[in-house]
Amino acid sequence: MTNASKLYQFINCKILRNHRIVKEDIWVRDGKIVNPERIFYDEKISADVKIDCKGLLLAPGFIELQINGGYGYDFSFIENTEAGIELVSKKLLEHGVIAYCPTVGVLMGQPFLVHMWRVLLSIKKRKVPILPTAFWIIKMAYLNWKGCMELKKRNVIVSLGHSTADLLEGEEALEAGASLITHLFNAMLPFHHRDPGLVGLLASDKITQEKKIFFGIIPDGIHTHPAALRIAYRVHPDGLIMVTDAISAAGLNEGQHKIGQLDIEIRDNKAFIAGTNTLCGSIATMSECVRNFMKATGCSPEYALESASLHPAQALGIEDQKGTLNFGADADFIMLDETFEIVSTWISGQLVYNRTTDL
Amino acid sequence: MRLVILENASTVAEWAARYVMKRINEYQAGPDKYFVLGLPTGSTPYGMYQKLIEFHKAGKVSFKYVKTFNMDEYVNLPRDHPESYHYYMYNNFFKHIDIDPKNVHILDGNAPDLVEECNNYERKIAESGGIELFIGGIGPDGHIAFNEPGSSLVSRTRVKTLAHDTLEANARFFGNDISKVPKQALTVGVGTVMDAKEVMILITGSHKAFALYKAIEEGVNHMWTVSAFQQHPHTLIICDEDATLELRVKTVKYFKALSDDHSLILTELIGRTSTTDRAITTALFPSRLKFMNK
Repeated sequence: MTNASKLYQFINCKILRNHRIVKEDIWVRDGKIVNPERIFYDEKISADVKIDCKGLLLAPGFIELQINGGYGYDFSFIENTEAGIELVSKKLLEHGVIAYCPTVGVLMGQPFLVHMWRVLLSIKKRKVPILPTAFWIIKMAYLNWKGCMELKKRNVIVSLGHSTADLLEGEEALEAGASLITHLFNAMLPFHHRDPGLVGLLASDKITQEKKIFFGIIPDGIHTHPAALRIAYRVHPDGLIMVTDAISAAGLNEGQHKIGQLDIEIRDNKAFIAGTNTLCGSIATMSECVRNFMKATGCSPEYALESASLHPAQALGIEDQKGTLNFGADADFIMLDETFEIVSTWISGQLVYNRTTDL
Repeated sequence: MRLVILENASTVAEWAARYVMKRINEYQAGPDKYFVLGLPTGSTPYGMYQKLIEFHKAGKVSFKYVKTFNMDEYVNLPRDHPESYHYYMYNNFFKHIDIDPKNVHILDGNAPDLVEECNNYERKIAESGGIELFIGGIGPDGHIAFNEPGSSLVSRTRVKTLAHDTLEANARFFGNDISKVPKQALTVGVGTVMDAKEVMILITGSHKAFALYKAIEEGVNHMWTVSAFQQHPHTLIICDEDATLELRVKTVKYFKALSDDHSLILTELIGRTSTTDRAITTALFPSRLKFMNK
């Protein structure tokens, strides 16, 4: 385990920085990425420890904006959310996810708020430093324009989805402060050329430098057709955020599982309601999504990796700390091999997952 | 003075890098005996740094016991500005080699007292035992470091106001906006470089041909400050064919006839190394092959 106050130099690697993959070292101290030029001239010291990355690619760790559970846990079940968060947080590291927003599907109201408070407390109390920061996305029904403004004022990010809103309503929400679309194409009106619906927001003329719109999209190879991925990618590349929208069954083996009241069957890497051919949600991992997306759209690896790191960080307004390998950012990164499989995951400069050995 | 004429800029870079490597290795530096190197910036030495990095990575040379002093730096330019010489040296050389940051010296153009900064620099050079090998490039007007035409040939490290020509020439590095070009620089003096035990000057390209002619075929003159090195006991000028265009045929032929001896400087180093080195020698000095180990 790495020691925080020491100066670490990750050598012999390629890194993703400023939308480009370059041959460069990464320097880390106290959990942050530091500028080695300043250290060289001001402190006149060399690294305490050099870590040989053996030619691997270093990229910012993935940030998952939408995940409902996994490994048999559903975040929405009040009874075991804490245990679920605990396990999923660790397991996600295997797929390069260093921060995520557990999606909690309940309506606003007193019982929910109490529940959310309990979970937040359990995260705060946790001493293990390796666990990802948690953010919250609240699925909300019946949010009106006024509610949107209120939430924005409280620094809550409002995402539009699970909705039959038309484009005009979408634009009103945008004006009121909404800045994100929940899994584009899924659970919204399909694109129609006279009423483009929420999908139309991607090309809305209400979008400006100040009023940006980001959108989640599920590139699990099942929930969004490759052509739909390509359309979204070509229309609004800067706003695209990969999400898995994974459900409780993600990470479980093939076969039948009872989760809560639900019987789920995993077959051919898909999750069905047991005994039927009805899909019940995504079980993809973020690293699979990145590879799927690259294959479907032919985009550069730089773009694909940033769509799962930089873009979600921008949507959350935390790009100074996460989603980049810039100086001053948290040293949360992943190492990938040439097939873009995760080799290791690092949080605050500490190794938290390594493919070759069990931690 | 020795003048080594090579085919082009990349062979100049290679030759210069090999020479620096040879000097460092033969010096047998250690914790009590540092090799002190004077360094330039700019496009001409860039290729030499690339080669030195390559040699270092191949394990042929270490900079562990090397101290460096850079020639110059702009005044009031942020240190991490891509045009600052701190930035150039870190990114093009220092970060790739094993030099101890404590042994690196570059004038601080943001120092609160610039005169004191310059005086300290001279003191530090003296304390390190003087510069063993000072490497330099020149401008088309024959300036070495920021010692522009008219600089005293006995000048020391100081604050220098840059000539309008220099500002214009540098504007291309500052978005073609002359108002953004720093107006002053700190620079070692001609006298500072003259104090080095050996001076190696790299000159490439036809745009430097007239300066090379002024440097070696005419007298010592403060309007062509590089000409001062005619009076240095160990000056080595490495140039390419293009840079010789303004020289007399007689001059070129004279130095070319001597060039076998100059390349012999490197033969013992190259002779006992790999086939790649043999190939390089073939390219650089065909007539030297007979000296190489089979």
